[in-house]
Order: sequence, then C-alpha cells, then structure tokens
Amino acid sequence: MAQSAKYRTGDRVRVRVGAPPHHFRTPSYIQGKTGQVVALCGVFPNPESLAHGGSGVPRQPLYRVEFFQTQVWGRYRGTQWDKILVDIYEYWLDPAEA
Amino acid sequence: MPKVHDRGGWPTDEPIERGEHELADWERRVDSLHMVLGEKGVRSTDEMRRAIENLEPCVYESLSYYERWTAALEYLMIEKGILTAEEIDRKMADLASASH
Amino acid sequence: MRDDHGGHGHVRHPGIATGEGLGYYARRAAAIEELLVEKGICKPEEIRRKTDEVEARSPADGARVVARAWADSEFKARLLADPEAALMELGYTVPETTPQLAVVENTAQVHHLVVCTLCSCYPRALLGRPPDWYKSLAYRSRAVVDPRGVMREFGLEVDPSVEVRVLDSTADLRYLVLPRRPESAEGLTEAELARLVTRDSMIGVSNPRAPQPAAAAD
Repeated sequence: MAQSAKYRTGDRVRVRVGAPPHHFRTPSYIQGKTGQVVALCGVFPNPESLAHGGSGVPRQPLYRVEFFQTQVWGRYRGTQWDKILVDIYEYWLDPAEA
Repeated sequence: MPKVHDRGGWPTDEPIERGEHELADWERRVDSLHMVLGEKGVRSTDEMRRAIENLEPCVYESLSYYERWTAALEYLMIEKGILTAEEIDRKMADLASASH
Repeated sequence: MRDDHGGHGHVRHPGIATGEGLGYYARRAAAIEELLVEKGICKPEEIRRKTDEVEARSPADGARVVARAWADSEFKARLLADPEAALMELGYTVPETTPQLAVVENTAQVHHLVVCTLCSCYPRALLGRPPDWYKSLAYRSRAVVDPRGVMREFGLEVDPSVEVRVLDSTADLRYLVLPRRPESAEGLTEAELARLVTRDSMIGVSNPRAPQPAAAAD
C-alpha cells in the first residue's frame, strides 16, 4: 500500500507559509521559498499528529528540497551557487512554475 | 514571528562557543530515560519536541539543553496523567531530606 | 548516604544522584526518575543499559565507516545508496527505532554542512551524542544563513569555486558527511585513514586531518 507521492525529483515546488498552533517541522526561513525536489526520502508518520499523541496517519511523503541560498536570504554571505537542502513533508509543498 | 525554537537565520553574529562539557551524571540519566521511555512508547520524540517548543521563550533560551529535556519530561508525564507536580515536589523534598 | 531506606517506606535506587549542590533540574530529574521506577514504568537497569549503549557509540565508529569508504570505492557506492545496509556489512546493527541515516559526499565541487535548526537532530546511532556547539542557538541560527562564516570559525575556508550545501535535518533523516579523502593519504591502511577522520569533518564544519609526514627512514 505504497502512498503515491505527488512530486518527483526535479519538480519545482514552493513551500507553503503558515504558523499553525500545533507542532510542525517546516522552518519559517524556508516558508514561501521556491526550490527543486532532489529526492523522495520516503513516507513517514506525520509528526504533526505524533506530537499530540496521534497515530501519525495518514503518513506523509517526505522530500529533500534544494534552494539557492541567495534566494532564501536577503543578504547571503556566500556564493551564488551555494544551496540549502531542507526535508519537507508533502502537504507543505505546492507545485511551482518551472 | 517564528517560535523560539525555530532558530534558522535568527539575527546573531554570536561566535560559536566551541568549549564542550563532559555530561554530568544527571544529564546522562535524563538522556537515557527519555530514550527508554521512547522505546516503551510512553512518550514520542515528536511529543518531546512539542513540549520543549511550548516552553516560555525566556525559559527556553535560559535553560541548558538537558534542563529543557527535564522540563519537557515533567510536562509530558503530567499531561499524560502519569505523574503530578505535587508528587514530584514531594519526592524532591524527600530526596533532599534523606541526603542530609 | 545511599544505603539507608529512610523512614518513609519507599525504596531508594542506587545510582540516582541526589547530593547537595545539584541544581534544581538535576534534582527534579532524579525525582521524576525515581517516581517512574516506583510506578513500574521503567527500571534502573534499563536506564543503565541505555547509557552503556549510547556511550558505546563515538565518532570513531563514523571514522571507521568513512575510512572503509575511502579505501573501497564499491563500499562507498553502497554506503551512499543504502547506508544502513552498508553499516551492517561492518558489523553495526542500526536499531529499528533509530531515525534513517543518509550519507552525503563531499567532492572537489561540493562541501556539505549539517545542522538541525529546530532542535538538535544528529546521527547519534553512528557518532554518539552531539557536541554542545552543535546544539547551541548560535550554530542553529548561523549555519543556515552563514555557513562559510561558521566554517571559517572552525578554521576551514571553503574556496568560492566550491559549492557549499547546508542540510537542515528537519525531519526523519539524520545526515552524515562523507568528507574528502586528503590528497596525501595514499598508501595508508584503513586504521590509519580512520585516525584522520574527525567528528567535525563528519558534520562538515571542518575537513579531516592531513596525514603526518612519513618519519624519515632510519
């Protein structure tokens, strides 16, 4: 009963913006940013449910998403090629324009 | 405004303090206790994170790492009805008086 | 002090430190632990065993894995593809409850740095407990926005032609950096290679040690 993952490696995705009252694992610095899926890490129990004593279902596909640092930070002190990779659950991602 | 635990990119030029401290016995025990409770399903890593994240921001920033773990442990044990704060207070007092 | 059972009828558990001079949280933790033991939620020997397990892991374990990857390119390929299976080849068992391990390789073009901005996720199953600085607010804040500055503080200047990739361990994966084999490390045994691999190089804040120059032949 494999969960069918919505995104594939290479897909451009945009991270949703939100501050839900419950526990969540999407850092605010990456919210609203657009990056590229570099891997489907697997399907995992949902931490937002587990944190409150829930069973963690439905499980969520987890993606490693890559962003250019210069697009994440206003004054990034590095090179234009530097990247940041964040592991993000599927429901925090929307498709973005290529 | 990110929550206090959501630290990525918080404005700071503070240098990284490189000194490392040998864990005190009590810190080792808290570390192990959390893991044992995790394996037994008494509490989950995600619940523990939630408990730590719910600390008052000034408390979160002033406690040491394992002090936060201890605070989270108490929070969860009380939330789950396993312990009460009064029981813990009494036990602390008992242990203190017994050691005199 | 630890031997008497007091007049309260409760059992003392050897090893729980309740001495003078411990801070509030240390004493709180001791009280919680003793209560949980009294209520049968856990046993002192379970805590002891867990401490032994945790203490048995150190960066030397990671170093051994890195050294094997440096010495054997097919092992390296297997390590990158399926770290847990590769660890089993070396005799490590990764418990079911352990978060999944991922290995990222430094190359001439890419240098990786690992952080957990939200808490302190770290590949404990392979490296043991993280250093204090990894868990610090300063590292968690700065590693993502100024990785080159952070590495500079650790003595590593990454050339601008090399891409720096930061990994923020926000979820179920724990990352280990496979550092680059030092160029002058030809002809070393795996054990000698392992001695070059520092914990910090497996986090990415610095590079492995350079081999010592060979002693002059007698």
